[in-house]
Amino acid sequence: MFKLHYRLERRAIGMTLGIIAAASIGGFVEIAPLFTIHQTVEAAPDMRVYTPLELAGRNIYIREGCYACHSQMIRTLRDEVERYGHYSLAVESKYDHPMLWGSKRTGPDIARLGGKYSDEWHVRHLLNPRDVVPVSIMPAYGWLMENDLRTDDLSDQLTAQRVVGVPYTPDMIRNAADDAYGQANPDSSRAKGVKTRYGEETNIRSFAGAPGRLTEMDALVAYLQILGHLTDAASRDTVAKDLE
Amino acid sequence: MALEERDPITGYMTTGHEWNGIKELNTPVPRIVYVFLILNTTIGLIYWLLMPALPLGTTYTKGLLGYDERAAVHRDLTSAAAARAPWHDALDRQDFSALAADDKAMKDIREAGRLLFGQNCAACHGVEAKGNAGFPNLAAGALNWGDSPEAIQETIRVGVNSAHPDTRTAQMPAFGQDGILSRNDVMAVISYVHDLSISGITASGLAHPDGAKVFSAQCSACHGADARGNSDLGAPNLTDTTWLYGGDLATIFETVWYGRQGRMPTWESRLGARNVKLLAAYIADLRKRRP
Repeated sequence: MFKLHYRLERRAIGMTLGIIAAASIGGFVEIAPLFTIHQTVEAAPDMRVYTPLELAGRNIYIREGCYACHSQMIRTLRDEVERYGHYSLAVESKYDHPMLWGSKRTGPDIARLGGKYSDEWHVRHLLNPRDVVPVSIMPAYGWLMENDLRTDDLSDQLTAQRVVGVPYTPDMIRNAADDAYGQANPDSSRAKGVKTRYGEETNIRSFAGAPGRLTEMDALVAYLQILGHLTDAASRDTVAKDLE
Repeated sequence: MALEERDPITGYMTTGHEWNGIKELNTPVPRIVYVFLILNTTIGLIYWLLMPALPLGTTYTKGLLGYDERAAVHRDLTSAAAARAPWHDALDRQDFSALAADDKAMKDIREAGRLLFGQNCAACHGVEAKGNAGFPNLAAGALNWGDSPEAIQETIRVGVNSAHPDTRTAQMPAFGQDGILSRNDVMAVISYVHDLSISGITASGLAHPDGAKVFSAQCSACHGADARGNSDLGAPNLTDTTWLYGGDLATIFETVWYGRQGRMPTWESRLGARNVKLLAAYIADLRKRRP
């Protein structure tokens, strides 16, 4: 049965070519779908980018390891769609670098968490989850309220995102630190540019309820409140109507 | 290369090599491995044929079964909707009082409402709807924005101080922090308010005449001269024993000094009109059964 293989093993060039052919199947399987990516990723002209504050919140989300217990991927299953809303679309994580879909749920999926609860709830919940959900096993994140948010590197963060394809403009990159402060301090002079640069839909308010300061809590809550709201692609989709 | 030979003990051929007197058996792969290999390959090929599998430049093979996850979940949701149709109709057709009398529909509404409440409302209001400081108890006591099922439905739909264009809006001003009242006035009025629900409005007014004066000048516009609140403005009744943030002196001081602006999100776009009505019916029923 393996006569051919016995002969092949004895020829260095033939064996090398054979190995290359076999190994490239794996590469082909990974690379080929990229040619059909325009079919996979839906068109969403209203898709907007994360503001610097939301991006900083996203980095805190990664730093604190939230993704280890919370997924951001509603699968195409009835129970998930009925609980969390429309299944996740590829376009909704178009600007997620790295993506945070996750596959492990100790806590619930949070792909569409934005707007579901109030800022006050999020702050209390992050300071001590048991305060609002008695049975919760989530750790408390008290230091988020104490730590001032680091903003001096936000321009670099935006630049890095731009390199991998997120359409931040030079104007956004230049004003990143000011926009981060302004988004959480609506009464400050720095709040004005945020809507001009990031759109009318942008949430501008004191997320952590500590005006005059910019804490890590502001950033994380701003991020949590935008989840699922970067585009309306899902609510335009047909499944949204099935749920009515 | 030494000659291949048959090993006398196992009966298998050797590889023909010899290393310092040691020879290696060329044991063939067991037949069962071939069987599994061929079986797996065959199953794989069949799967490729039946299911979406191979990329073809700008498209992919759709498979003979034409399976599509999105179509599958769409089918599941449609059949689920069909199963719910009887009580969905009852819910859509009837107003709240007729609905409350419809025992058959209410049975399903209680079940579905409990699920929906647990997934959406329980994070703030608690699984038993008994609330938490800052988040009202829905199962008993008065509700700031009215406790008729219609009022509950509207509150769920638009939220309180939410992003909805028709949102219910209310703010308790920061009387102390913003310098509207002096510290003495605040101290007087909190004692008065604290005793309202304990000794009644007349006795409290006699015990704290200064507080009563401040109350009628500053607080009665929203809470009413009789301090019974106004559900059109979201102003709570201060004479009952229901407290949203707490009825002890320290908490009342905090409320009057720093103000309050509670928020409830709008649920209209997230849940849809039918589910909002379902939740209102569920909560109304909950209040009736556990007065």
